[in-house]
Amino acid sequence: MYRINPEMDQQYVEEFRRQPVGRHSPGLMRVLNTLRYDPSGKQIVLFCRKPFAEWQIAEMPANRLDPLVFEDSPIFTNRDEAEWEIFRRRWFKATGQHLNQPFRSADEV
Amino acid sequence: MLKILGYPDRYSVAPGEAISFQISLEEGDAFSAKIVRVLNGDCNPAGPGLDLPHHPSSVDGTYPGQPRRADAGSYLIAESVPPLDNVSFRALIWPTLLDRRGQVIASQWDAAAKTGFMLELDEGKLSLVTGGGMRQTLPHSLLERKWYAVSFSLTAATGAFRLSLSPLQKDFGVDDAGEIAGSLGPSIAAATPFILAGAPLADGTIGAHFNGKIEGPTLVAGAESHATLAVNPLPAAIAPKLIAAWDFSDGICSTTAIDKSAFRHHGRLVNLPARGMKGSGWTGVHHSWQAAPAEYGAVHFHEDDLYDAGWPADIIWQLPEDAKSGAYALHVTCGETEPEAMRECYIPFFIRPPRVKKPGVTRPKVAFLAPTCSYMAYANHGEHITVRGVERLMGRLLHFGHQDVYLYDHPELCHSLYDKHADGSGVCYSSRMRPNINCAPRYHSWLGGDGSSLYQYNADTHLFGWLAHNDIGYDIITDEDLHRDGYPLIEDYQVILTGSHPEYHSTAMWDAMKSWIDRGGRLMYMGGNGWYWRIAFHDELPGVIEVRRAEDGIRSWEAEPGEYYHSFTGEYGGLWRRCGRPPNMMAGIGFVAQGFDVSSPYRRAPDADNPRASFVFEGVEDEVIGDFGLIGGGAAGIELDCINRLLGSPPNILRLASSEDHSPLMLLVNEEFTATLPNLGGDQNEKVRADLSFYETPAGGAVFATGSIAWCGSLPWNNYENNVSRITLNALRRFMDPKPFV
Repeated sequence: MYRINPEMDQQYVEEFRRQPVGRHSPGLMRVLNTLRYDPSGKQIVLFCRKPFAEWQIAEMPANRLDPLVFEDSPIFTNRDEAEWEIFRRRWFKATGQHLNQPFRSADEV
Repeated sequence: MLKILGYPDRYSVAPGEAISFQISLEEGDAFSAKIVRVLNGDCNPAGPGLDLPHHPSSVDGTYPGQPRRADAGSYLIAESVPPLDNVSFRALIWPTLLDRRGQVIASQWDAAAKTGFMLELDEGKLSLVTGGGMRQTLPHSLLERKWYAVSFSLTAATGAFRLSLSPLQKDFGVDDAGEIAGSLGPSIAAATPFILAGAPLADGTIGAHFNGKIEGPTLVAGAESHATLAVNPLPAAIAPKLIAAWDFSDGICSTTAIDKSAFRHHGRLVNLPARGMKGSGWTGVHHSWQAAPAEYGAVHFHEDDLYDAGWPADIIWQLPEDAKSGAYALHVTCGETEPEAMRECYIPFFIRPPRVKKPGVTRPKVAFLAPTCSYMAYANHGEHITVRGVERLMGRLLHFGHQDVYLYDHPELCHSLYDKHADGSGVCYSSRMRPNINCAPRYHSWLGGDGSSLYQYNADTHLFGWLAHNDIGYDIITDEDLHRDGYPLIEDYQVILTGSHPEYHSTAMWDAMKSWIDRGGRLMYMGGNGWYWRIAFHDELPGVIEVRRAEDGIRSWEAEPGEYYHSFTGEYGGLWRRCGRPPNMMAGIGFVAQGFDVSSPYRRAPDADNPRASFVFEGVEDEVIGDFGLIGGGAAGIELDCINRLLGSPPNILRLASSEDHSPLMLLVNEEFTATLPNLGGDQNEKVRADLSFYETPAGGAVFATGSIAWCGSLPWNNYENNVSRITLNALRRFMDPKPFV
């Protein structure tokens, strides 16, 4: 199983930040396939409070019989912003490094 | 989250007939209801928007409501068995979920008086429970998916008992055989039904379900030894002592458990436990239960089997005789929807044409075949809840709406044909006699492609909107109608449009459609991955289908070896392709790739210039087709079909356009390769493409095939003004023209 190299894989961080969902390079695919594996059995999901308007992060526990856990904040008004937030968290967990770049700013969009 | 939900008693209703709706109200004590037409169930601001106009009817009004729950879990009930006060019981069991507590293998129990007996598995150990909760437990732990003989004898008056366990095959170093005997104290027999794989609970439901297979359950008068009872089949000499001996290898197609004893205490199998299951003596020589019934004497029970939720009818709508065929829904509301709570629900159904053709009444030339078998197959699809790794496949975070949260909180609504039971075995039956959470207008699916994220029913509403926009008159018939009525249902239609993903077909449906095409019918295949899985309907029970995930194909579970044959019919299950009827024989093209993230455009192919297909491209000069859309941003996405002569695509088929520039997550399906390839993704594999196709049939008909589930998601783009819409309309108008194609 691939282990993320924070220096070599840094190039894919920006690729993801610019386009969280879409056709990704093989390098970013490898990073995402690695980050999206959680050996704890838990699963992050995106709860849509209001279609096309509001989302919040929730976590499915490993045990199907335990309840969903919702994060009361933040409430995202852009689905891709939530993708970026989860990417940042997973990157930190995998590398110990914080990604401080904000989600795409208005002039980048 | 979701505060109101329900289900209809049928998906298809004819004018003059009645349809009922069963509602669970999770909040408050009253709800409002009305009938709506379903023209577009997608609220994506990038599209034309919701279009669910009120259809005034006698239903309009306010109704009292209350929460309803489903009593899931399968079991056998034999109501005529007398109170058992001096009895031996034996069965062969194959447990599958040993970490569940309190799984009752067999019971005759009065939950209120706490009398009778229960034979149960508790944390993997075998216990006998009698009156007042007295219990004796064997210290040995069973192993999952291993056959055991279990037996007990009990004399209620004295409490004398014996409890025994032995494996059918011994494993070195495993201590899983034992016996205890003694007294549990005097008790009295319960005058209640005998139940296998469950016990009555104090609330009146049947619970404490056993997960696993049971074979040869038998009741014998008096105390018999385990040595005698563990033999399978039982020695003939024991016949005079039999109280009941259920033979699950008899009547596999039915829900009846045949008692072969003199008393004929036949039982009912409730909530459809799996039949046609291998028993302890399966040799591997025969793979069909019809060839060797004695080797298929097991029934697999699950705590999460459900056939009929059984809620009472809250609303009954008597349709007028002149009710117009189309897509409708019952819209129920119990207040304002907020981000914290969804207080509305749409319960879809279809009005079909009258069952008896009326003289002098001309039906439309066009019919939409609503893929209700596929809607049933996907009912309460819960892989986003139970399977880890799905996010990798989706290429984005898993989407949960209010409905998905409700499904998470209410596993008793049970599963789709894509799910596994709690014990890991595949779900092979799915019914519509329960809420179908993901089959509704306004449902946005975790599976539905980036953008609108629609799949199955709600994705098909894009087509309804497009037909309405173009003022096309059409009837709607459903898969179940086609299965029951056969070819005569469709013989008069000139054109049949499919849904976006007509994946599941019974033999009767397949035969009827092929007969219609062979007699000059004009098929517009509006989606992808059609005619893929063979299914079976039940002869006794309405609204339930069976699939066996046999041998090959994109599967979320695999049928066990030897269990590839439908229990409902005895037919060999699995892919139609593996039954010698690839989808290419029906629609000209067949399934080749699957990917759920983003969609792609088509590019015109040389056959687009063939004069035979000139009508398709009238007014369309573009090289690129469908580089837009509400499902993944393109017309070619989710699941793709292509031409393959070796699989039955006809020699005269025209490849009008093919899709390109697919995502790495658009993956070649596994029946398309033998050895695993390193280049399965659409960015690296030349076979990954959708073929927009057309061919004429010898009888003067024709087939137009889009080859993509996402095609219909491009129809509404730019208020229906786009090249996908124009091509589809060109094809439909020509297909509606009675002039023969050949």
